[in-house]
Amino acid sequence: MEKLINDFSVGLFFWQLLLFVLLLLVLRKYAWKPILNAVEDREQSIEDALNQAEKAREEMQKLQSDNERILAEARAERDTILKEAREIKDKMISDAKGEASAQAENIISSAKEQIKNEKMAAITDLKNQVAEMSIEIAEMVLRKELEDKAKQSELVKGQLDNFKMN
Amino acid sequence: MQIKRFGFLAFLFALSISWAANASDSHDSHDDHDEHGEKSIKEQIAEVKEHHLKDSHSFHLWGDHANGTSVEFPLPVILWDEGTIHFFMSSAFHHAENETVESKGSYFRLYHSKIYKTDAEGTITYDEHHHPTNAKPLDLSITKTVFSTILVGLLIIWLFGSVAKNYRKDAVPRGISKFIEPLIILVRDDIARPNIGEKHYKKFMPYLLTVFFFIWIANLIGQTPLGINITGNIAVTLGLALITFFMTQFSGKKDYWAHIFWMPGVPYLMRVVLMPIEILGMFVKPFSLMIRLYANILAGHVVIMSIIGLIFIFSAWGAKGAFFGLTFFLSIIELLVAFLQAYIFTMLSALYFGSAVEEHDHH
Repeated sequence: MEKLINDFSVGLFFWQLLLFVLLLLVLRKYAWKPILNAVEDREQSIEDALNQAEKAREEMQKLQSDNERILAEARAERDTILKEAREIKDKMISDAKGEASAQAENIISSAKEQIKNEKMAAITDLKNQVAEMSIEIAEMVLRKELEDKAKQSELVKGQLDNFKMN
Repeated sequence: MQIKRFGFLAFLFALSISWAANASDSHDSHDDHDEHGEKSIKEQIAEVKEHHLKDSHSFHLWGDHANGTSVEFPLPVILWDEGTIHFFMSSAFHHAENETVESKGSYFRLYHSKIYKTDAEGTITYDEHHHPTNAKPLDLSITKTVFSTILVGLLIIWLFGSVAKNYRKDAVPRGISKFIEPLIILVRDDIARPNIGEKHYKKFMPYLLTVFFFIWIANLIGQTPLGINITGNIAVTLGLALITFFMTQFSGKKDYWAHIFWMPGVPYLMRVVLMPIEILGMFVKPFSLMIRLYANILAGHVVIMSIIGLIFIFSAWGAKGAFFGLTFFLSIIELLVAFLQAYIFTMLSALYFGSAVEEHDHH
């Protein structure tokens, strides 16, 4: 302890304190402040950059999921449109089929009608012609028959008999 | 990488050699002011050790005073004696005939690294323990340690000034900043922030950084063969510890003083018992800082010089080689100690600041 006290130099202590405090003041102004500020600024900027990158990544993800959603929606829409179109097509085809068959039936029925009418007309015509021809024949027969009176009266008589029988 | 590592080892190697060479150069030096005569090699080594550990008024590089091969440069001597300032160069002590310097009518003589006031003949009177009884002026000389401290300070200002300049130009660290920045971050994130707390740490950063780099670089300079010993001086460590002490007390908040004088949360009797212990603790803390740094660095220097001395004591080449290897190994350990002591001093200072500014939330 005595040696320790003997070794203690007041001058050294004085200079040491003075020099150290000077060093502290000089460094504080010209070194530590700019260095610490620069380091802190840089750390801040790195943190900001990282945060921004994270945000951008999240946005990207959101965008991607949006895209996927939109794509899925588009796909669904396409499917419904296609389905609707198919339905419309089917309906149109079936409608057209029904209409065509109805029309065909109409045409057929009207044709049948017409045929029937024509046939009736033809038959009537034929009947009339046959009737006329029969009358003419009958006339001619009658003329031939009734050239004499006897025959006439015989016929009338025969006819009258016929009525009586009725 | 391999080459770089080799370069570092080569540097350490050169360091050990030159230190050993330094010791060998001066191992046969005689203390000028002691009685001349042949001395055993052990005494000579002890002298070199003692001479190195003490502060000196001139900067001795190598060589010997006795045979005139000494290479050293003088440093200014500043004395304050009874209201008068005396100023002369330390070389004056060696030029004068009886090694007594006359300045403004007073005579001074250098004896065992201390300056005493004497008469014109340079008489020194001794007490029964062979201690000089002459009056001692207040010695404010720029001694070797003060000179080295100035050099270290200038080196630090230049180093960190250039680092700051780099950051002013560019936020990306370049050159030396790449090496310095992790250390600054270490002090900030591993020492200041966890111990002082996010709220107050910024206020203490300049001191913590300065004390860390000052101690570290001063320790490293002490490792060079120049024989500088800054942090192994108790006056230096006392100065540093006192700054920590006063900074702690002046930044002490209400809770800090409450914990010292009237410990909350313990019975009243305990508070009375704790008060003197806590008050003692206030002073023990910086005292331990002072002793720890001083003793570690001093012990490191003593051990290194002792085993270098052993190289000269043993004549067998095998033993010389073994002690050379041991010196080399211990030099590397000392590099680690240099850093560790700077770290511990800074860490404990931060811890004390932290306890001073701490705010407890009472339940």
